Amino acid sequence: MTHISMTVDGTRYEDEVEPRLLLIHYLRDHLGLTGTPVGCDTSNCGACTVELDGDSVKSCNVLAVQADGGEVTTVQGLASDGAWTPLQTAFHEQHALQCGYCTPGMIMAARDLLGENPDPTPEEIRHGLEGNLCRCTGYQNIVRAVLAAAAEERRRRAPAPRPAGAGRPDGRPEGAPATAGQEART
Amino acid sequence: MIPAAFDYARPDTLDEAVRTLHDGGEDAKVLAGGQSLIPILRLRLAFPELLVDLGRIPELRGVREDPATGSLVIGAMTTHHDVIHDPLVRRHAGLLAAATETVADPAVRHRGTLGGSLSHADPAGDLPAVLLALDGEMVAVGPRGRRTLPAREFFLDYLRTALAEDEVLVEIRVPRTDGWGFHYEKFSRVAQGWAVVGVAALVRRDDGRVAEARIGLTNMGTTPLRASATEAALAGAGAGPDAVAHAAEAAAEGTRPASDLSATPAYRAHLARVLTRRAVLAAAGTGRR
Amino acid sequence: MTAPATTGKPRSEVGRSRTRKEDARLVTGRTTWTDNITVPGLLHLAILRSPMAHARIDRVDVSPALERPGVVAALTGRDLADELGPLPCVWPVTEDIVMPDHPAVAVDEVRYAGEPVALVVARGRYAAADALEAVEVDYTPLPPVLGLEEALADGAPLVHTGRGTNRCYTWPLVTGDYAAQKARADVVLRRRYTQQRLIPNAMEPRAVVATPPTASEEYTLYSSTQVPHVARVILSMVTRIPEQRLRVIAPDVGGGFGSKLQVYGEEAVALALARRLGRAVKWTESRSEGYQATHHGRGQIQDIEIAATKDGGILGLSVDLLADMGAYLMLITPGIPLLGAFMYPGIYKMNAYTFRCTGVFTTRTPTDAYRGAGRPEATFAIERTMDELAAELGLDPVELRRRNWIRHEELPYTSVAGLSYDSGNYEAATDRALALFGYDDLRAEQRARTAREDPVRLGIGISTFTEMCGLAPSRVLRDLRYTAGGWEAATIRMLPTGKVEVTTGTSPHGQGHATCWSQIAADVLGVPFDDIEVVHGDTRAVPQGMDTYGSRSLVVGGLAVHHAALKVVAKARRVAAHLLEANEADLEFSAGTFSVKGSPEATKTIQDVAFATFSAHDLPDGMEPTINAGHLVDPDTFSFPHGTHLCAIEVDTETGRARIRSYVCVDDVGKVINPMIVQGQIHGGLAQGIAQALYEEAVYDTEGNLVSGTMADYLVPAAPDLPDFVTDRTETPATSNALGVKGVGEAGTIASTPAVVNAVADALRPLGVRDVTMPCTPLRIWQAVTDARAKEAAT
Repeated sequence: MTHISMTVDGTRYEDEVEPRLLLIHYLRDHLGLTGTPVGCDTSNCGACTVELDGDSVKSCNVLAVQADGGEVTTVQGLASDGAWTPLQTAFHEQHALQCGYCTPGMIMAARDLLGENPDPTPEEIRHGLEGNLCRCTGYQNIVRAVLAAAAEERRRRAPAPRPAGAGRPDGRPEGAPATAGQEART
Repeated sequence: MIPAAFDYARPDTLDEAVRTLHDGGEDAKVLAGGQSLIPILRLRLAFPELLVDLGRIPELRGVREDPATGSLVIGAMTTHHDVIHDPLVRRHAGLLAAATETVADPAVRHRGTLGGSLSHADPAGDLPAVLLALDGEMVAVGPRGRRTLPAREFFLDYLRTALAEDEVLVEIRVPRTDGWGFHYEKFSRVAQGWAVVGVAALVRRDDGRVAEARIGLTNMGTTPLRASATEAALAGAGAGPDAVAHAAEAAAEGTRPASDLSATPAYRAHLARVLTRRAVLAAAGTGRR
Repeated sequence: MTAPATTGKPRSEVGRSRTRKEDARLVTGRTTWTDNITVPGLLHLAILRSPMAHARIDRVDVSPALERPGVVAALTGRDLADELGPLPCVWPVTEDIVMPDHPAVAVDEVRYAGEPVALVVARGRYAAADALEAVEVDYTPLPPVLGLEEALADGAPLVHTGRGTNRCYTWPLVTGDYAAQKARADVVLRRRYTQQRLIPNAMEPRAVVATPPTASEEYTLYSSTQVPHVARVILSMVTRIPEQRLRVIAPDVGGGFGSKLQVYGEEAVALALARRLGRAVKWTESRSEGYQATHHGRGQIQDIEIAATKDGGILGLSVDLLADMGAYLMLITPGIPLLGAFMYPGIYKMNAYTFRCTGVFTTRTPTDAYRGAGRPEATFAIERTMDELAAELGLDPVELRRRNWIRHEELPYTSVAGLSYDSGNYEAATDRALALFGYDDLRAEQRARTAREDPVRLGIGISTFTEMCGLAPSRVLRDLRYTAGGWEAATIRMLPTGKVEVTTGTSPHGQGHATCWSQIAADVLGVPFDDIEVVHGDTRAVPQGMDTYGSRSLVVGGLAVHHAALKVVAKARRVAAHLLEANEADLEFSAGTFSVKGSPEATKTIQDVAFATFSAHDLPDGMEPTINAGHLVDPDTFSFPHGTHLCAIEVDTETGRARIRSYVCVDDVGKVINPMIVQGQIHGGLAQGIAQALYEEAVYDTEGNLVSGTMADYLVPAAPDLPDFVTDRTETPATSNALGVKGVGEAGTIASTPAVVNAVADALRPLGVRDVTMPCTPLRIWQAVTDARAKEAAT
């Protein structure tokens, strides 16, 4: 057994663990932080993506002992005082999730992407998320959500006040209707 | 899936790492970033008894310039992400930065290391062929001391290098390729897929002609290979599409590509020719297609 | 109780892009996936699986595993043989179908790589995985059975020796005289298409937690399933746990796509172990394990022949199908091709149609439903054939379709396969799609590329499809020899505080039922969207249900919610009339408020009525004190969404890579409850259909090993591998149900595969390529181009 200590979503933990224990199993089975799921065993799907010391990593592909002394953020640690991050809000508003199983990893990967590139093109978003598989959405609304979140984060950083009329009376974001615009009726 | 049990050591110094590895014998294995090793352990395709984690040895990380030769010296534990963003690498070894950007995906690039990729020596991995094209050198440290191996002598066979079991790859030395054009042309079936074939091209031009070209091939045999016949044909040849296309026809000479789900040997040989033409044209700045 | 302000006509919830109620927990990680569930004393199950496709089991010794640390139990198939019945197939499609026994854990013989052989139960998942290594098994290899045609040949090795044949069944459908039509045809085109095996790849791997009776005499099974209600019935039969003592819960379920429309051996095994050990047992598959243990989809060889006049009029169609059952019949394995049988004629008029399907056993993972289930295969074959026929006749493929499709004024129309299409407008959807696509410009560019022999060719693929969904009419299912019915149930409870609980028998796993059912109920009841809670996926909380598959949930289950809500309003009307001292006939109901015609100040809200009913102080004489209501819907017919999909693809003839340049689809799914969700369903469906066309295939080697056995080898497309889609809709309401809805879950998958492959074929046709087998990989495209050039050079 190996002694490790780790800060996860702001709480510090110390444990004796087997060296082979995967970080994802430490989070899920030892700490009960089940918000981050496991989707594969070859590091292809990215469902288990978390942030380790500021970088996105696939937590099924990291040993808990490798993360010893580190700081981990999971999807469960994003919202503060119940306020969602722009990415969480955008995933909801842009219908960027269906079953939601890939969502924690997708949001964590997108967060990393926006950290490096605050104003990405749709193409850059697609490439930035290449390590995260979604089987439900076809990715299109995920790309839109990341674009929307990027815009919101840039707006928050900018000193200008929020423009009037930016509310969303029906809970549907502006600029996010069907791609082809108005839908035909027969 | 879940790895079988192993012991774990996390030395703080290189000396300690070498000693631990030596003491562990043939059942000890180095853990670099773990991005290839951990999936292998999870699928229970390997059963090491001891993993020696190099993750906390500061001297194995980072990029510097060797004042004597001007070569870049890249610590083996430098992550792909850090290689991509390192200003020295970008300025003096752009091919390496460009090729590393095509490795796996961002999360894997945060953990995976240059040294780990090279030591793993997967013929479908992108970086071995790049180091071959760059005429890089691998510096290894073991109980018998330190030695430097040219890339050409480093890759021996499928997943096998010249490193002894108790040797640690500590740094990678890359000559500066200032003024060279470069391009890594990777052909994979999906974005995060392995290279079906990859071509790493470096071209030094002299007026309208190719003064020198160096071409590394990914996944055209059990080890990375140089497209020597094409290199020879390009030396002194025109840099235009016709001359490059002609030279690229020889790109698969001497290769022994494998057959798998994505390709037959004949298809790989064909891809090597097409991708070499494209990579050289891109590197020469004379049109990508 | 306060009456809401009633100003004008209330805004309809139906038709709004409501963001989803489901999302809050999903974007914050407050989820309940089955693997998250833990209970005191929980044990972990690991399963040893056959490494061979076909072998006799000579010996299984689990005793060394018992010596391993943390191991509580280790069992063989024989150990469980007396307490678990065989896993049933509920769709015996013919009277003489061969239905071999399917044990949850193999006893004497293994028939596919991945079949369970032994079980280990331990105190942790790591200990269980370790102990598997200690189990000793001796096998005698038997010959694998892989090719479908080879399997049917005389003297072929048998999957189930005692059955004397690998033929599972042959099912025919004949309408009209195809031979006569063929005799008068100017053109007869014959093609063979292969539907490769696919692995569904729901992002959540399967997982099960079985808990033994504790406080009550009840077993609880948590399972990542699409069908908790069906599973309860089947598992009570397999395990002999009395049905009333078995509760099945589908908690958060991370996708299904048909792969969780199944009752799996692992579910039965977990219950049996919980019973045996008196402890809760969890099993979670790893992805690679699931690739062998979770059923596959598709797997067919299609011989299709079309007879037509020289001006393109279709006279008749003949289809001969071989369908790979895999090693055993799972829940509805044999019926999957039948769901396609009725769809080969598509939207086209013709005089005769013959269809024959032969199910074949092989030593591979069993097949069963995968998104579309039979209909994508059918649509692929007819739409590919239409493009080939157009090429043969020198007609534009859109024009050929125009000459043959059912015009909208001809609807309702009974297809040659006997389906009664109630509504649709193929002309409108196609015109819209062509306009969005820029069809003429793309054709011009295609000609230019061909003329200059550009190494990158452009191809345009078309797919004008319809599908039958809303899997329901129980009497039709009877005629198809399906064991169960197809109704769906809903109940609505008006709570004393005026809030609403809707229970639905559908079992969503990403579709957004909670949101959409709330929209439906809110409109009928006139209560706020946010006051409605939708309860699902628990056989205790929702006593009746047929669950979620086959694009049926809205058309059957959503409709049940609508009708249940109407019943609530009818009951509430009676109470309101009583309270207002008015005749029911004099009451108006709008936006949740009953008012007396002519005296607008006399009102009762439905919430007032709910409380009055709860207190029951003053109800009409003889009335039960409830306005709650339930409803079951069993529709008379299927529903028929349709659409036109157009794909432009660039094919690099040097490398063989095909890259989608643009994709336009116009779908008609009838009335839409939530446009945002409908669009999401289309997007996801397209991704899976395109994946079949270009990327995915379960590949077996000659020994019967699954070569594409991990996610590194089986290529699920990521974001860069798919284009941005242009989606639009026409809206022709279904006439067969009160909501006018048709279903959307499978449309994108069904339509897109042929659109993409038609585009590939279209790009390569000038080079002499006739077809590329799916998936159209770079290797296959390059090989096809190379072969065509060699053939041309030789002539």
